[in-house]
Amino acid sequence: MSSALVAPPESKHPVEPRVNYLNATYGVKSWLLTRDHKRIALLYLASITFFFFLGGLFALLIRLELLTPAGDLVQSQTYNKLFTMHGVIMVFFFLIPSIPAVLGNFLIPMMIGAKDLAFPRLNLLSWYIYMVGATFTLWAVVHGGVDTGWTFYTPYSTASSNTHVIATAVGIFITGFSSILTGLNFIVTIHTMRAPGLTWFRLPLFVWSHYATSLIFVLATPVIAVTLLMVAVERLFHLGIFDPRLGGDPILFQHLFWFYSHPAVYIMVLPAMGVVSELVTTFSRKNIFGYKFVAFASIGIAVLGFLVWGHHMFVSGQSVYAGMIFSLLSFLVAIPSAVKVFNWTATMYKGSISYRTPMLYAFGFIGLFTIGGLTGLFLATLGVDVHVHDTYFIVAHFHYIMVGGAIMGYLGGIHYWWPKISGKLYPEAWARFAALVIFLGFNLTFFPQFILGYLGMPRRYHAYPPEFQVLNVMSTAGASILGAGYLMPMVYLVWSMRYGKAAPANPWGSTGLEWDTPSPPPTENFAVTPVVTDEPYHYSPGEVEIVG
Amino acid sequence: MADARAPAAAPSDASVTHAGPRDLQHHFDTMEQQRDASSLGMWVFLVTEILFFGGLFLAYTVYRSEYARAFAEASRHLDITLGTFNTVVLIVSSLTMALAVFSAATGRRRALLVLLIATMVLGGVFLGVKAVEYGHKFHDHLVPGPHFRFPGPYARQAEIFYSLYFAMTGLHAAHMIVGIGILTVLVLQARKGRYGPAYYTPVEVSGLYWHFVDIVWIFLFPLLYLIGRHIH
Amino acid sequence: MAQHVVPPKIYFAVFTALIVLTATTTAISFLDLGPWNTVVALGIAFLKATLVALFFMHVKYSPPLTRIVIAGGLFWLAILLALTLSDFLTRGWLAVS
Repeated sequence: MSSALVAPPESKHPVEPRVNYLNATYGVKSWLLTRDHKRIALLYLASITFFFFLGGLFALLIRLELLTPAGDLVQSQTYNKLFTMHGVIMVFFFLIPSIPAVLGNFLIPMMIGAKDLAFPRLNLLSWYIYMVGATFTLWAVVHGGVDTGWTFYTPYSTASSNTHVIATAVGIFITGFSSILTGLNFIVTIHTMRAPGLTWFRLPLFVWSHYATSLIFVLATPVIAVTLLMVAVERLFHLGIFDPRLGGDPILFQHLFWFYSHPAVYIMVLPAMGVVSELVTTFSRKNIFGYKFVAFASIGIAVLGFLVWGHHMFVSGQSVYAGMIFSLLSFLVAIPSAVKVFNWTATMYKGSISYRTPMLYAFGFIGLFTIGGLTGLFLATLGVDVHVHDTYFIVAHFHYIMVGGAIMGYLGGIHYWWPKISGKLYPEAWARFAALVIFLGFNLTFFPQFILGYLGMPRRYHAYPPEFQVLNVMSTAGASILGAGYLMPMVYLVWSMRYGKAAPANPWGSTGLEWDTPSPPPTENFAVTPVVTDEPYHYSPGEVEIVG
Repeated sequence: MADARAPAAAPSDASVTHAGPRDLQHHFDTMEQQRDASSLGMWVFLVTEILFFGGLFLAYTVYRSEYARAFAEASRHLDITLGTFNTVVLIVSSLTMALAVFSAATGRRRALLVLLIATMVLGGVFLGVKAVEYGHKFHDHLVPGPHFRFPGPYARQAEIFYSLYFAMTGLHAAHMIVGIGILTVLVLQARKGRYGPAYYTPVEVSGLYWHFVDIVWIFLFPLLYLIGRHIH
Repeated sequence: MAQHVVPPKIYFAVFTALIVLTATTTAISFLDLGPWNTVVALGIAFLKATLVALFFMHVKYSPPLTRIVIAGGLFWLAILLALTLSDFLTRGWLAVS
């Protein structure tokens, strides 16, 4: 049910707002003991933003070290800790929760016409569990960090490393339950709490992608949990489950680790794809091309994503026959991703495109994810991977997806739903500028890394042959620009909370139940449970004026 | 559309007629929706537990296939009598738990209390026997670590067997302890008359958890205890 | 969905079956059946688990979604086991110098 022409924006300093979820109750306790999914989303937003900048700090130190060929800024032991902490923090404490815990939590009940998730108290518990796990890991960081790589390969992590492996492993173990409970909550909510008339194929694709993500949450995360538990126990009691000197097999660890960690990358990208589906339809004012294909592609990515983990282990000593199976399956998983890219493109074709900030991020996602995804196919090819494994080619590949893809999706979503979340409009000119800076900074940082990797520069080394310096300097320059770009939304989004124009209920003229509520919404979302009769994305081009 | 703050209108489903507003959480529209959500939630959680234990089952499977003889020899030192006894104990506890759910569903308040307590006691017996077994292993130098001793050429592989034995039964025992904790809460609530035919979902989903922990043991028992009788 | 209440006599019947199967599996383990020992032991375990699930856990009286959820969990465990074993069991196939 899309809104008609929206009211003109209010004055710069809005009159005292009606009651909404932000001002319904006051005080620290009302936030720390909230059961409102929207407030919990903001609790997560604050936490993950902190960890994003902490992880970014480690990235900055890494890139500073890599300005010169010699390992002269830090010792190699320290460098090992820098890239480990960067990886652990960015993966487990930023990327994995990001879109689901912030945007998923905020929007899923609203998108399905519900008052909250199925288990609101469990939702709050999920955030506390995240924070407890994060505290363990922060403790480890402050007390000297971990140097095993975020991958914790054995037997180094279990028998040799002198760093706080157990504390970090325990921290990630605990935080994993935050993921599991969030996924459980989403699955049950989507199955049992859809508004009348909201059949599965009327759901926004954002919901489909979060459902698929939640399947991965509940099926994969327990395996990394038990694996890290085994690592901690092995380290504590000097066991030999993964230690070849004691009859164990380190490759068993790798199987267990990657069984989670490969699907984990789909946890990181599927929600962003869900965001992109919403952005592309809104800002092309057009129905998605091939709704069912996109919906099933989400499920397909989630399922196939579980069958490919051995492509991280081609050179580990894994059987070459298993390698061939994993290689073939890895080619298959590219197909549903490609389907999505084609369908987004077809959606834009003959659409009425507007280049608002969220759409700029959507464009960024589509282009950069395509590059990252195609290079993934290079890596799925056994022979090529033997050459580029453990080089900067891999680093570039996954950053194109994680940063060029997932983070752009995240920022696009934050901007798109910012009026709903905060009740304010962000400054469009600054936001577009920041998006551009981020896009340019990102490419300058990571494209040279493809070349570096192909030329043979290994990853996780802080010293390199002098002929690689030019490309490294470009990469570091890019990283500074990227960092500056990320700081901008921090500034203007916070600014907008106080000084931004008041947002109408539906500034973009979007379809979707969340836009039928005021901005910001009341605590219970809907006074009366809506009844859905429309198909999703029922746009008619040109009919609605975008005010935002 | 019904205002979800008021209790749902009573259809012919008798279980709704006596449901007080305090039993229907505000974000659900009907008791049935709440029940469906709770049940699905517990089942999804149990799936996560399948994968959680699954990692250890994988490790066991891999090493069992690689070190078949060593594992068989190591398994011989487990007490098959105590293992069988414990299996029976858990099966009885599943019976008492199922009967407890039945009692709640049919308003038999005292039976519910008795059966919940019986389930807890049986769980305690199981843990007691495990403690005795662990004590024996400690005594026989079969606890992995610096004091591990195993005669014969398969010492290292036997240590891996025992690492997995302690990890798997330990994780299982931890789940039992949590289960007994959950039952304690149920008993305290049942004493206050909280559960009846209109509302007994917590008893039901706790039962699901308890049965699941029983099923894990149903697999652990043969894999750990019954493979050592014949060495080839 | 009206809630199904299972009569206790079904529980007692299942209980009896479970005890019998437990005694059987322990007894059979003393017979030397070679590799079949494992097959029989696991087969009995699956049977017991199925009985517990169907009757004690009410899966027999539950909606299809419950069965899909359980099947999903088991299938995913099977993926973990099968693909990992595809490595370990084929390691010796290619002679590597």
